[in-house]
Amino acid sequence: MADCSGAQKTLRMIFGFLYGPSGAGRSLRSPGLPQWWRPAVAGLVVALLLALSFSPVLAVEPSEVLDDPVLEVRAREISKGLRCVVCQNQSIDDSNADLARDMRVLVRERLLAGDSNDQVTDYMVSRYGDFVLLNPPFKVATYALWFGPLLIIGLGLFVVVVFYRRRSSTSVAETTPAALSNEESRRLEDLMKDET
Amino acid sequence: MIAEAGHFALVLALFVAIVQAVVPMIGAHRGNAVWMAMDKPSAISQVLLVAFAFGCLTYSHVVSDFSVVNVVQNSHSLKPMLYKVAGVWGNHEGSLLLWVFILAAFGSAVALFGGNLPPTLRARVLGVQSLIAVGFYLFMLLTSNPFERVFPPALDGRDLNPLLQDPGLAFHPPFLYLGYVGFSMAFSFAIAALIEGRVDAAWARWVRPWTLAAWSFLTVGIALGSWWAYYELGWGGWWFWDPVENASFMPWLAGTALLHSAIVVEKRDTMKTWTIFLAILAFSMSLLGTFLVRSGVLTSVHAFATDPERGVFILLLLMIVIGGSLVLFAMRGPALRSTGVFKPISREGGLLLNNLVMSTGCAVVLLGTLYPLFLDAVGGTKVSVGPPFFNSVFIPLMVPMFMAMGFGPFLSWKRADIVQAALRLKIAFIVAALAVAAVIALAGEGPFLALVGLGLAAWLVTSTLVELAERVKLFREPLVASLGRLMRQPRASWGMTMAHLGMAIAIAGMAGAGGWKVESIQVMKPGDQVNVGGYDYTFVGARQGQGPNYTIIEGTFRVSKNGQDVVTLKAEKRNYPVRQMPTTEAAIHSLFSGDLYAVIGDPDGQDGGFVTRIYFNPLVAWMWAGSMLMVFGGVISISDRRYRIGAPARRNRKPAVAANP
Repeated sequence: MADCSGAQKTLRMIFGFLYGPSGAGRSLRSPGLPQWWRPAVAGLVVALLLALSFSPVLAVEPSEVLDDPVLEVRAREISKGLRCVVCQNQSIDDSNADLARDMRVLVRERLLAGDSNDQVTDYMVSRYGDFVLLNPPFKVATYALWFGPLLIIGLGLFVVVVFYRRRSSTSVAETTPAALSNEESRRLEDLMKDET
Repeated sequence: MIAEAGHFALVLALFVAIVQAVVPMIGAHRGNAVWMAMDKPSAISQVLLVAFAFGCLTYSHVVSDFSVVNVVQNSHSLKPMLYKVAGVWGNHEGSLLLWVFILAAFGSAVALFGGNLPPTLRARVLGVQSLIAVGFYLFMLLTSNPFERVFPPALDGRDLNPLLQDPGLAFHPPFLYLGYVGFSMAFSFAIAALIEGRVDAAWARWVRPWTLAAWSFLTVGIALGSWWAYYELGWGGWWFWDPVENASFMPWLAGTALLHSAIVVEKRDTMKTWTIFLAILAFSMSLLGTFLVRSGVLTSVHAFATDPERGVFILLLLMIVIGGSLVLFAMRGPALRSTGVFKPISREGGLLLNNLVMSTGCAVVLLGTLYPLFLDAVGGTKVSVGPPFFNSVFIPLMVPMFMAMGFGPFLSWKRADIVQAALRLKIAFIVAALAVAAVIALAGEGPFLALVGLGLAAWLVTSTLVELAERVKLFREPLVASLGRLMRQPRASWGMTMAHLGMAIAIAGMAGAGGWKVESIQVMKPGDQVNVGGYDYTFVGARQGQGPNYTIIEGTFRVSKNGQDVVTLKAEKRNYPVRQMPTTEAAIHSLFSGDLYAVIGDPDGQDGGFVTRIYFNPLVAWMWAGSMLMVFGGVISISDRRYRIGAPARRNRKPAVAANP
């Protein structure tokens, strides 16, 4: 969050410069400049800042790739499960943000130091919190998430079973408008016996 | 002037919508034919007014009127005409205008082509439709006016987000919205049916074509979106379980379920309550999708609107529409009578299973999408719910369903013999097993899930074809007779065959791309060669160039296999100076066996070296080919004769209340 307030401060500074106290603004404005220059410059600056915060191109760089192909495969595997914490729903494997790059390098450093995959992941969680895991951990706060699907399918099955049971009871009621007489039930029983 | 005229038309449309929401409804309630008849003229004038407003905004974008805020923020004088037009809906306000435009267009279609609808039903459908519209007009006029002016006008615009300046994404939102809003038809019919207290085969025949249309549009929209991600984001991924993707996927799942349960209502006069519920669910998911994307509640790749005031308004709208319809459902739903009975193992049972899995899938995606927001809102820890979660809960749900999907069409209505169906399908089992064995032999062992996926795809293709062959009595009658039967198949059953085949092909594509992707990242100097997936890529060099509103670096790769030239790929990296944003345009050559995929990155070193990424994505194009086949199936199905001729007249016109004292 420190980054955000920094960005806000920068924005406020720029807008303050452009729109700020009227005196300062007026003194800055040279007579030749038309009316629209302030919104235009502000727009450009905002666009620039937005552009810096997100661009979609190219994640893993050749320079980061480890020499040992086995370790590199493991690094990619781990990276796919880690979220770039300043990005929006991107794994560090997919993101080209500077932080994602740092995180990728960190993962590789830990691997080179001899950590197992789980140890690397634990290390990242200790630094960035559960938020870094794209696969949410199994703990009290996520019980509802992990048990939810089971509950939902259970509920669905329950509804379907009730549906069939109720349906079969109403169908009996519908197809047999009157109860069988004693004579009829006796004959039915005989027939059933014959069949088995 | 033009912008003000558009604004004025929008205000007028709001008032027309209010009239349309109130007068025909009261008319239907009181049995007043004149009041009911208000539905048609008001629906038509509403669409004309919104079309005019939409035209005004389009005009402002096309002539680059930089005194309109919306144009300043999303356009630029140098932008190509296609994106000037696409820019109309490439932003929050404009996309809402498109939303209501489509809503009004669907409403006017009911007014124009709904001549065979009972007047009370039509009046109520259009009334409900218009109630939704009122909410959206108010939302636009109060919080998101696209016609707002700026004074003094800007000299030039800030350009459209370069990621959106792409043919795939230019047409992605209209299709998505045609799908979302299309489900409003099923919703309006469902609410009208609840008010009337009756659902019958005729009702299902009116609802099915609209649902099919919405579903087809939504399928196109989702396919376009994933195709765009595939070639534009530059790492060959096509589905990220991003909340915004999920937002479009949930209505698709609910809509697919609705599509299948409406069949049961039409053919067997049962599962009515459930079908009504699905219609409400499908549209609620569409609204939720709009809400998730438009309110900025998620800040994600595609969500570019962030404004709490809007969020609260949409949340309120959502609560009124979804809550209100569910209350009505709870009150009137149980009273709907079904007559058809069936055993669990039957065609109906199969369709019910489809419904169970699809709606469970929808609920699971919903849970995963909203959980982080929920946890954050109640002050819990921040968690991420990403692809690993969704894959681990969603795929196990789908595997049994695809198995059952092969069986379904073999089951007869009411009760069926599953052993007998399995015997008729033994060839499909054999083909599936052979396919898996062939893949292991050819491609080497792949991930387990990908093998399962390919096996399922083979199973589904074969079983669908066997079903078609049985339907036309292939090899049991002379070939000519079979051919004659083939030609006489109703279009709806052609639609089913195609959609199921399309699904199978798409599954094969997903499994192939997921399981055997080959990737190579390196620095290449002109003349360097790498081998990826059996193809040799020679980097010829890169040149700089100039597009209409961007600069490019274009890298050329010559691809050959065993010394034979295959293709020359030209990958671009674009830079849009106005927003200072780079985009990648991957060079893709689709082959039957997979895509050759090359991306050029930044220069590296002084001697003409560039970072390059080369991928072989096996079978990936099958995914979109399969999706298109599904859409084609949907379209063929809509054109079925019985929908064109119209639904049969209802047996008795008396309201249900009178029938069941």
